[in-house]
Amino acid sequence: MLTLRKTAGEKIFNFFNTLLMIFVIIITLYPLLHVLFASISQPSRLIQHQGIILWPMGISFKSYNIVFKYPMIISGYLNTIFYVLAGTTLNLIMTVLAAYVLSRKQVYLKNIIMFFIVFTMFFQGGMIPLYLLIKDLGLRDNRWALILPVAVSAWNIIITRTSFQSVPDSLEESARIDGAKDFTILFRIMIPLCRPVLAVMVLFYGVAHWNTWFSAMLYFRNRDLYPLQLVLREILIISDVTSMTQGVSAIDAEPIGQTIKYATIVVATIPIMCVYPFLQKYFVKGVMIGAIKG
Amino acid sequence: MSQANADGILAAKKADKIPSILIKDLKRNKYVYLMILPVIAYYLIFHYWPMYGATIAFKDYSLGKGINGSEWVGFKYFLEFFNSHYFYRVLNNTIMINLYQLAFGFPIPIIFAILLNEVTNRKFKVTVQTISYMPHFISTMVVAGLIIAFTARDGVINDILGLFGVSPTNLLSKPELFQPIFIISEIWQKMGWESIIYLAALTSIDQELYQAATIDGAGRFKKILHVTLPGILPTITILLILQIGQMMNVGYEKIILLYSPNVYGTADVISSFVYRKGLVEFNFSYSTAVGLFNSVINFILLIIANWTSRFLSETSLW
Repeated sequence: MLTLRKTAGEKIFNFFNTLLMIFVIIITLYPLLHVLFASISQPSRLIQHQGIILWPMGISFKSYNIVFKYPMIISGYLNTIFYVLAGTTLNLIMTVLAAYVLSRKQVYLKNIIMFFIVFTMFFQGGMIPLYLLIKDLGLRDNRWALILPVAVSAWNIIITRTSFQSVPDSLEESARIDGAKDFTILFRIMIPLCRPVLAVMVLFYGVAHWNTWFSAMLYFRNRDLYPLQLVLREILIISDVTSMTQGVSAIDAEPIGQTIKYATIVVATIPIMCVYPFLQKYFVKGVMIGAIKG
Repeated sequence: MSQANADGILAAKKADKIPSILIKDLKRNKYVYLMILPVIAYYLIFHYWPMYGATIAFKDYSLGKGINGSEWVGFKYFLEFFNSHYFYRVLNNTIMINLYQLAFGFPIPIIFAILLNEVTNRKFKVTVQTISYMPHFISTMVVAGLIIAFTARDGVINDILGLFGVSPTNLLSKPELFQPIFIISEIWQKMGWESIIYLAALTSIDQELYQAATIDGAGRFKKILHVTLPGILPTITILLILQIGQMMNVGYEKIILLYSPNVYGTADVISSFVYRKGLVEFNFSYSTAVGLFNSVINFILLIIANWTSRFLSETSLW
């Protein structure tokens, strides 16, 4: 690169650009810090406080105590872990199988099957027919209702297939000469060589399961099956903290109700906030693969 | 023998051959087909069966009679929807939210990517980038919870507005504020994440172009305008087309979490209306008709978007 003396205009531009970036950081982080500080504040002091919070108002872990003892948070967490693990496992199996078959060159019906799958990205039956189907299958109030209807995604099949197609043919040919069958080729060649893309798939599917609440709200009446996000809905959106503040005196109930909400947000978000900086490169890669194919 | 006749015979021979090729193929690849069988079964059950189920839009569906037993009523429910005042309202809201999204949500990640690219300190750049992704990893539920807490009567936004003498109100229950709040929160969630693609496109711009521009006496701003922007224009075009193809799919989950009957006038979009009519009021046929209308519009938009994108850049969905 040529290095030229920086002009005054350059300097002013750099100054304001840096300022703008700092503004972006503040706007992004402030809401989260607000929640964090509020969650460990003394409830009675927090409720009197007006305006932005730059530091906790006293320190109290009372609301965390209540949140960790609340059975719905615990069962919600456990349920979500189950949905994420079981769901993602099934997703991965289905995606790999579909992508392998559709990446074969000498499969006659390949294009028809591809069209059959991609068409569902363009046209869907809709919310009500799917709901009626779930009901008819007897999947209401059944954990599988959050797993089977989203067993595989057409978009992710396309991404994985593209990656399988990029594996050199010569590898497969020499394996076939050695007597390898399709399953061996899939497990010994395709999957090991495409591990980075499969990691991206695990993350995409995993996050989707973690965030699911709408279908759970439609299909579940039994609160024991609720995923974490649906438990959060009761606390954060419907604002029902009465079952959590039982045993707290009536005067304290309102202020602590506030901090409980904030503590709940922290408890439900901290695990992801801790891992995302390490996982983000996979996500970024995933966006890029999608874009190239997109 | 005429040419047409010969072609006809050839075609007939070819058609005759297809089954035998198919049988050979099925025999040779039987394990391959066996592998994809679960996937096909999944799509038949959870995607194609609901498409058939969508025929209840043309029927008087009742739970007792089922899909097949219910009476055909033709376009009754479609006409009921088109003639109701809901039609104008949900269509208007869906389009308005999309236009806001196009006007603000779409260009902001581009501007952010360009300006971030101009940051010279590498460490600072990476830090800003990592922090800007953060909201993408927060679930919709938590974001909705944050919005509700911050816009509440005793929330932090009202506290700040109070310093300027504005009397506190629940901001989310103001019809004129619902769409701005929704769009701002969407930008907060997606700005950093959506800039990834543009940042990648920026790194692929030929550095020699910048050097040439510098020699020609172009300043920072002129270089952005004449080198950077044209360099990422193809990416912008494709994403714009894809966004237009997605128009009917507003993030209705977040809307359902945030709206209340007070603000249905500006907040209710087609999908939230489908949900309420169908699964809150249990008006299955009517709701399915509205959903089918949405699907058909969506389908047409996607086909146009896909076709345009293929025409302009030879990239398409498949």
